[in-house]
Amino acid sequence: MVPDWLVQLRDFISQPWPWWVGGLMIALIMFLLLWFGKNFGMSENFRVMCAADGADEMNEFFKINWRDQEWNLLVALGAVFGGYMASHYFAAPDGTVAHVSAATVESLRSLGLQFEGDRVPLVPEWYSWTALFNWRGLLMVIGGGFLVGFGARYAGGCTSGHAISGLSALEAPSLVSVIGFFLGGMTMTYFIFPLIFK
Amino acid sequence: MRMSRYIFVGILLGFTLYKTEAVSWFRIFEMFHFQSFHMYGIIGTAVVAGILIVQFIRRYHLKSVEGKEIVIPPKNKTYPRYIIGGFIFGLGWALAGICPAPMFILLGSGYTVLILFLASAMAGTYFYGVIRKRLPH
Repeated sequence: MVPDWLVQLRDFISQPWPWWVGGLMIALIMFLLLWFGKNFGMSENFRVMCAADGADEMNEFFKINWRDQEWNLLVALGAVFGGYMASHYFAAPDGTVAHVSAATVESLRSLGLQFEGDRVPLVPEWYSWTALFNWRGLLMVIGGGFLVGFGARYAGGCTSGHAISGLSALEAPSLVSVIGFFLGGMTMTYFIFPLIFK
Repeated sequence: MRMSRYIFVGILLGFTLYKTEAVSWFRIFEMFHFQSFHMYGIIGTAVVAGILIVQFIRRYHLKSVEGKEIVIPPKNKTYPRYIIGGFIFGLGWALAGICPAPMFILLGSGYTVLILFLASAMAGTYFYGVIRKRLPH
């Protein structure tokens, strides 16, 4: 039999986590990586994977010793495991729902996205193979991926590298990058989404 | 196994971003509409705690597990790349609703289609490597 305290621990972890727990955990992750002599930056993995797949012989930007970056690939692999465990064994009773504000549900409705009451799914329906037959799904997965990969390397970092690691080290370039992230994100949200969803 | 610690950190990251709903497209949509404090709370807490951690490391010259000085590599002080690259990243972040870490996490939670997002992000990274010399930095 599974002891009671273990079940209680599982239930405790399974609740939705408040924002401050998330923030403190992210800071802890950044600290652990610094303490291990590394740096928190997930998008670097795209470059490492390119190099490992042979791009190191095609372009000097990818001439890196990718084996020195193996640790970062392991963080990514751990994130895959973590995502599997959190969604399969530590799901809250309504773990498939994102608890967004009522105003957000209204904004989504104005774009033509309808939901039952305010039960907005945690993961949208266009993250699926069948959605690829629809130009919107294709644009979001393939187009979004390309922009994220290109932009992250151009800016030299993503949310983890700039917004977390960079701002924590009081780096002005990271602040500029984060301002760029928001200008781009707001342009997409306010000006391009009405064209995509209507 | 010295390398297993990185898998552990990754698992921690997976739980954190999944359980705080930061992996949700809708949470990112909400953030860019400034309709909830939630995402700002996550990033804000992480940055405030992160600043304290970095100050502590620098002041007390904390050593890494291998006994070396912890160095945080400074960023180049040129600005076009950060604003233009950041803008392009932001477009993709809002469109797909995922940045690199949530992509790995959602892939693990069963959204196998995101392998195409990964392939596309690698293509974007490669494209940057190819045209990098012609871009303002």
